[in-house]
Amino acid sequence: MTSLTLVRRFAARPSIVFDALTTPQGISVWWGPDAGPVLLAETDVRIGGRFRVRFRALDGIEHETSGEYLEVVKPDRLAMSWRWADGEDPGESLVEIDLRAFAGGTEMTLIHSRLHDEDTRRSHEEGWSGSLDRLQHHFLSNLERGERR
Amino acid sequence: MVNYDLQLNRTFAALVDPTRRAILARLERGDAPSVSELARPFSIKLPAVMKHLDVLGDAGLITRSKMGRTVTVRLSPQPMRAALDWLRRYERFWSGSLDRLAVYAERKEAEARKQRR
Repeated sequence: MTSLTLVRRFAARPSIVFDALTTPQGISVWWGPDAGPVLLAETDVRIGGRFRVRFRALDGIEHETSGEYLEVVKPDRLAMSWRWADGEDPGESLVEIDLRAFAGGTEMTLIHSRLHDEDTRRSHEEGWSGSLDRLQHHFLSNLERGERR
Repeated sequence: MVNYDLQLNRTFAALVDPTRRAILARLERGDAPSVSELARPFSIKLPAVMKHLDVLGDAGLITRSKMGRTVTVRLSPQPMRAALDWLRRYERFWSGSLDRLAVYAERKEAEARKQRR
């Protein structure tokens, strides 16, 4: 299994960051890879509740993400499954967000990981964590070098 | 699509093992070493190295070719590229999202402080 881990600090208290993460009002401001508009944001923030967010990227292409809230511990932790409606990345992934009060603000740790079948579960047990991030840079530079050749 | 997904899982599973990652790193030099050349720097026995090569081969990360009695090994970059695409996609999504989330949450924080005064 591989995962992406991001750590960010915000000058806002955890409860405000948590609301920004979970309310349709907050989500419609920030959700998406670029400044394209959020077209629809629905959340039912409780364990087993679902979210659905549709957005249009700046290239004009619309995408829809949805999933289920798996852990809701306001304002400390949020975990949700994640799926793309268009199937461009098939299967389900897992998003885990931890919020920690930090120097009058919040430190967020976000982990987005692939999640499914036997292979990934086994890899998880074998203790895979984050090494691919290092490998990524290693291979990226080499692939790019290879392409230039 | 299903095949693509399966392939990606195989790639990630193959990359879990540090010896396999070391083998891939060695193969990046691009000189197609023989299996025994490849095994030399590792403290494990040749059959163990062969097993790792099987996993890497199944994941499509390497190709092996036989020349006489020598088997040479080469890196096959395509599955790695798919794995990196996956990471890039979410890195891009979350970097952009969290930048805007920061602006929004910090504005809300400023509003909350003003109200308290």
